[in-house]
Amino acid sequence: MTSTAAPPVPAPARPAPRARRSRGKWRGWLFVAPFMLVFALTFIAPVVYAFVLSLYRDQAFFGGTVFVGADNYAQVFADPKFWESFQRVLVFLAVQVPIMLLLALVAALAIDSARLHGAGFFRIVIFLPYAVPAVVAALMWGFMYGDHFGLAADLNHLFGTAIAPLSPSWLLTSIGNIVTWEFVGYNMLIFYSALKVIPKELFEAAAIDGAGTFRTILSVKLPAIRGAIVVATIFSIIGSFQLFNEPNIMRNLVPNTIGTFYTPNMYAYNLSFNGQQYNYSATVAIVMGVITAVIAYVVQLRGSRKEI
Amino acid sequence: MATVPVKKFSVINPRKSRVLTVVMALYLIYTLVPLAWLVINASKTQAALFSTSGLSFGGAFALFDNIGQTFTYNDGIFFRWLGNTVLYVVVGAGGATILATAAGYGMAKYRFPGRRAVFAVVLGAVAVPPTALAVPTFLMFSKLGLTNTPLAVIIPSLISPFGLYLIWVYAADAIPDELLEAARIDGAGEIRIFLTVTLRQLVPGIITVTLFTMVQTWNNYFLPLIMLSEPKWYPLTVGLNQWSAQANGAGAQPIFNLVLTGSLLTIIPLVVAFLFMQRFWQSGLSAGSVKG
Amino acid sequence: MSRIRNRVKVAAALALAAALAVGCSSGAGSSSAPAAATGNQDSVDAALKAGGEITYWSWTPSAKDQVAAFQKEYPNVKVNYVNAGTNKEEYTKLQNAIKAGSGAPDVAQIEYYALPQFALTDSLADLNQFGFGSFEKDYSASTWAQVKNGNGIYGLPQDSGPMALFYNKEVFDKNGIAVPKTWDEYIAAAKKLHAADPTKYITSDTGDPGFVLSMIWQAGGHPFTVDGRNVKVNLADAGTKKWTAMWDQLIQGKQLAPVKEWSDDWFRALGDGTISSLVTGAWMPGNFISSVTAGSGKWAVAPMPTYDGKPVTAENGGSAQSVVKQSKNPALAAAFVRWLNHAGGVQPFIKSGGFPSTTADLTSSAFVDEAVPYFGGQKINQVLTQASKDVAPGWTYLPYQTYANSIFSDTAGKAYLNATPLDAGLAAWQQAIVDYGNQQGFTVSAG
Repeated sequence: MTSTAAPPVPAPARPAPRARRSRGKWRGWLFVAPFMLVFALTFIAPVVYAFVLSLYRDQAFFGGTVFVGADNYAQVFADPKFWESFQRVLVFLAVQVPIMLLLALVAALAIDSARLHGAGFFRIVIFLPYAVPAVVAALMWGFMYGDHFGLAADLNHLFGTAIAPLSPSWLLTSIGNIVTWEFVGYNMLIFYSALKVIPKELFEAAAIDGAGTFRTILSVKLPAIRGAIVVATIFSIIGSFQLFNEPNIMRNLVPNTIGTFYTPNMYAYNLSFNGQQYNYSATVAIVMGVITAVIAYVVQLRGSRKEI
Repeated sequence: MATVPVKKFSVINPRKSRVLTVVMALYLIYTLVPLAWLVINASKTQAALFSTSGLSFGGAFALFDNIGQTFTYNDGIFFRWLGNTVLYVVVGAGGATILATAAGYGMAKYRFPGRRAVFAVVLGAVAVPPTALAVPTFLMFSKLGLTNTPLAVIIPSLISPFGLYLIWVYAADAIPDELLEAARIDGAGEIRIFLTVTLRQLVPGIITVTLFTMVQTWNNYFLPLIMLSEPKWYPLTVGLNQWSAQANGAGAQPIFNLVLTGSLLTIIPLVVAFLFMQRFWQSGLSAGSVKG
Repeated sequence: MSRIRNRVKVAAALALAAALAVGCSSGAGSSSAPAAATGNQDSVDAALKAGGEITYWSWTPSAKDQVAAFQKEYPNVKVNYVNAGTNKEEYTKLQNAIKAGSGAPDVAQIEYYALPQFALTDSLADLNQFGFGSFEKDYSASTWAQVKNGNGIYGLPQDSGPMALFYNKEVFDKNGIAVPKTWDEYIAAAKKLHAADPTKYITSDTGDPGFVLSMIWQAGGHPFTVDGRNVKVNLADAGTKKWTAMWDQLIQGKQLAPVKEWSDDWFRALGDGTISSLVTGAWMPGNFISSVTAGSGKWAVAPMPTYDGKPVTAENGGSAQSVVKQSKNPALAAAFVRWLNHAGGVQPFIKSGGFPSTTADLTSSAFVDEAVPYFGGQKINQVLTQASKDVAPGWTYLPYQTYANSIFSDTAGKAYLNATPLDAGLAAWQQAIVDYGNQQGFTVSAG
């Protein structure tokens, strides 16, 4: 096993000493096969089918499926709607993900530091929003964002501000706020559990060396949880590229701002279920999937290279 | 926290910081305000909802009335949705945890042909947007006669790549190879080793995965939305959105108060489950850290 | 790898099967079509006698009561009532089921604007085969025209939405505003009201394609011409321009309450006078009574304003019940539709606040002269039934209107968002409509 082929694992798996015995060569499948079987049905088959769909073009009303080869792909690359939506999630990713991860990291470090009164309470409460379904979160924040009767209106009334979370210039921020609210706790937990398993001896050694709190964080804690940070980053990137539930539900409130191609995922959804352009929709989704996978892979590579 | 052993070094058990606590408390407020808003507004009648300010109680205190209405509206369909959700969580998330535990352990502790391919395919699949899968899965399932049945929701939720990953990482660390070797020398089969030796070691990891798959299944929205056409199979999320959408157009029946109360009721079981499991989870974590 | 290759084969086989299934059903449909034109109701009566089980999709509030009443009358028929979602959510599901080749209901509620789309894809049964063509005289002309597509009858009308002006009398009186009879007066009233009380607006409109088309309809526009696969789109004809010139004044003058229709804010704004009038379909009173309780006694109804003072209206919304072609028992499904909208189902519908399409009810004095307490005892149906008679004839929707409406916000919606001229927004909408139609096998031309 080389480090590049390993997952972004904090502690890379040690090879089992007996692995080369021919008797046991295949026995690992005993445990992996059930997963892979269901996986084949629910992931691989649809992906293959989506790929097949992407090679054809079908007229919604009159049938007539035609093989078009790579035409759909060419169309995606020249589609301004697709690139507009892609750009939007890219901006979203560049701003929201760092903020969210930073908040999560600070929260995890604070809770782990043992300097907090009632650390357990903090941990539970900060994680709570993750238990709120995205549908409920979007509905709830949507109500609150109302600048006529919602919470935003009350705040404006109270402080004389002019917050308009649903206005076009604020909207992406408002959605970012919902996502941040939902997922800081989740990421905090990933970081926190990684912090928890750092051997205590390391801190003791650092303390003997005279390292202060921040030195310890920078030179002991952060390097030790790099794997968790890479994982959280990858999952956040994937999540951003797949942004759907929150904008799709808020679209009911501001359809003129959140159009049918606000995010790539919404674009694919609306192509399918409003326009019945299943083939093109599959193509958009595949292109998005490939881009996401490539970026996730690059992040992972960078993450593990630094680890050496 | 009581399980963290008291050490003499201040780095490990330092003095509590008020400043840090206050800063974190600010974040806590941000986290809690929307939930408080939900509780407050779930306690209003539809009329009061339309006429009072969001962050203050107004009109009659109607929380219990709303809860009653939520459960009885439309012949108690909400109760049915709750039951469906529980079914999907128990079978879907339970199954996902079992599959992910076995596979994660297999990936961590065995070298077998195709292992790297499994890893690459599973990681790659995480990046595929659900919409890419939605249409083909829908078409396939409808040919198999599975659409509009609980299986259409359960089968796809049986797969948790993240769960697999978590167990993999955890097993690599928590199960010493020597332990497995010792069991093999005693003549135990691989499955027996898994059931009698491994599982016990993996309990904290399994609980963590259960927590995540549970939350994921409980919150599942997109797939059931596409797969199900009859409300009798809806999970809570899809049902709530339908309630919210029925405020639209001719014959509109806005029941925003029930949408809010229903939302609150949807969150509560998960919060309770989380609090409950938190205790196991935390002891597992501490055990892990002591071991480390 | 072989598993994957097998999957491809399975997938391809599935796709083929789907194509065949669709092909078969349409083949059967077209071969029975000639016979259908001369059908009668015997098969329907026989099916009703034989009994059976059907599934019905609808979101209308009265559906449950109607189904119960039907089953009481015909105990040997079991109707599975399913609320599969409100309007476009239901259409998505219906479309999915049709695409999948199974899972569609026997009877579905479909709004008039969406009907041509399902009729065109051969998803609905032509009710001529059951002799329902003879019901024409029993429905208002404007609703019957909407269930008719070519020579086919693709549903029986349930509710209709001839438009009228609903206004908050209290707000109007307080600000010295007379009920506007022309659109010029309406614009003047808007300005006067908002100037007198900046918290009040004449109405709200954040860009609803259904409303836009109804307004163009009233103004005498005919933006869509459909002849089989040939479609002409002209969202810049004289009627359309008449409307945009008028409505632009409200948008650009910021005279519209920036509140999204059907949101909780909107219901609040109707109750507290923020929105002081609505130009909408005759189905609205039911919504007022059940969902805008704070406005009770304040609202009143007047004829829709016109451009020259001569009465003319348009339809807004309204829906029919159709027999879906996937139905295994279309005759029984037709029997249920007949009962719903041509027999016992009509009264429960009216009782629930619905506005009917049946001429017998539109002219019965029990209906027309009913004093409605919510509207201060006004006999509102006198205004509304008159509106039903004044609907401008000759309107056509696009054969893919649901898609067109779904992208309205992407194009014309920007005019609302940025307070820019509607004509430019409609031109963008038109372009998107033309492009999509041509991609999907229509021959669409602009202008």
